Amino acid sequence: MLGASQADRRLLPEGRLAGPMPWVIAIMMFLTALAAAAGLAMGDAAHRLGGDLGRQVTVQIVAGDPALRDHETDAVQRVLGREEGVAGFHKLGGDEMQALLRPWLGDAGLDRDLPLPAMIDVDLTAAGRARLDRIAGALTAAAPHARIDDHAAWLAPLVGLIRSLGLLAGGIVTLMVGATAAAVVLAARSALNTHRQTIDVMHMMGSTDVQVARLFQRRLALDALFGAIVGLIGAIIVILGIGRRLGEIGSGLVGSIALPWTAWVALLALPLLAGLLALAVARLTVQRALARTL
Amino acid sequence: MAGIVQFENVGLRYGTGAETLSDLSFSLAQGSFYFLTGPSGAGKTSLLKMLYLSQRPSRGSIRLFGEDVVQLRRARLPGFRRRIGVVFQDFRLIPHLSAFDNIALPLRIAGVDERDLVTPVREMLAWVGLADRASARPPTLSGGEQQRVAIARAVIGRPEILVADEPTGNVDPEMAARLLHLFDALNTLGTTIVVATHDIHLLSRVASANVMRLDRGQLHDPTGALRHPPGGGEAYA
Repeated sequence: MLGASQADRRLLPEGRLAGPMPWVIAIMMFLTALAAAAGLAMGDAAHRLGGDLGRQVTVQIVAGDPALRDHETDAVQRVLGREEGVAGFHKLGGDEMQALLRPWLGDAGLDRDLPLPAMIDVDLTAAGRARLDRIAGALTAAAPHARIDDHAAWLAPLVGLIRSLGLLAGGIVTLMVGATAAAVVLAARSALNTHRQTIDVMHMMGSTDVQVARLFQRRLALDALFGAIVGLIGAIIVILGIGRRLGEIGSGLVGSIALPWTAWVALLALPLLAGLLALAVARLTVQRALARTL
Repeated sequence: MAGIVQFENVGLRYGTGAETLSDLSFSLAQGSFYFLTGPSGAGKTSLLKMLYLSQRPSRGSIRLFGEDVVQLRRARLPGFRRRIGVVFQDFRLIPHLSAFDNIALPLRIAGVDERDLVTPVREMLAWVGLADRASARPPTLSGGEQQRVAIARAVIGRPEILVADEPTGNVDPEMAARLLHLFDALNTLGTTIVVATHDIHLLSRVASANVMRLDRGQLHDPTGALRHPPGGGEAYA
């Protein structure tokens, strides 16, 4: 039957069918892969910021009297030890405090007599995050000079921004999919016009629309697949380059923007999806065009 | 014999102009041979187009193989077209396919296995005298050779109706005689043949042939063969 054998494939001339379409799709796949990678990385970062980092709080005991500060620090640690929803806590030692302050004050500013608050990093469970108010109430009851610094409060705008950028990337990917489909439609129509005589002859000999569509859909899908692979290779080179630059920055927040392996799988599947999209769009376009003829 | 083709009050109009064909009513008997004659512009090709389902009439009814094909759903047309062989006036060979592949096309469309089509295609090539040009592509063939490939392609599927539009227009008299002999042989096997030609010398080459004459869109029936059952020799329409 038409659509399977080498002889049937010869019904259309050798060579690519769709003119510049593969290169148009290569460019669109390049941009799509970049947008998809950005969206996937942003989504992952937003998930992690809203998850692990969003469940961290820092308790500061800002008492000026060192004895009172030590007393309240002990009280805070006792409360944290018995409260539900506290996954763990860690009191920052003197060296850690100096490491935190050194970028701001320099070595000269690290006076041993400088009154510094005691700081305790606390990791909460998801349930603990939900009952943070109660934990905070217990802490301030036991240590009136305790201040609760909720990381989620200052991360929220950043997470919101990252999520918005992720959605924007998703929107761009959607537009690119539409543009790819439009390119295939134009290529299919052009191919139909170019091979009108062959199609007419086939029709007059009893070819069905499906038989004719098979010839075009296969060729257009292969052309699209070729363009998509070229575009994806270009995009992967750029993504790896950007990832390397982000790693060199060394910032915790920036470093949280990374592509998980699932995102790589999704990116590598894009050419196949582009090929399948081209196949479906070409089939529909050809069949619709043929339906307007006798 | 049953009427394999029946036209009833068929008219054909392109766009908003006057009718190209008017009030065509005739019936073609199964297994008969017809010549369709008339001057250029008389509407021969338009009539043939309706016959091989490339054109719907503007009015009237056309029945092929006992079914009304004017109202036929598109999806059913391929089945009817596979029963009709067509030799186009301009051959319409696919230029990038070899003579072999052009002739094999109807069989492939019909789903014949590759192993089963080699022998009939080679026999057909030999029959039209092109056994040694099987791999030649149409642009490298002469006009006469292209016409023979077109004829071979039209008859390879043993159609029930063969429609040929000026099939001898580009061949020498000897080849024209051979082609007509070929059509006559097909006719004796039961194929209904309709050959459009303005070469009046052809008409006497097939003894059993009936003649349909088109003039300014009107069909005339000098032999009376278009009545069904065939009658006298008066103009029919």
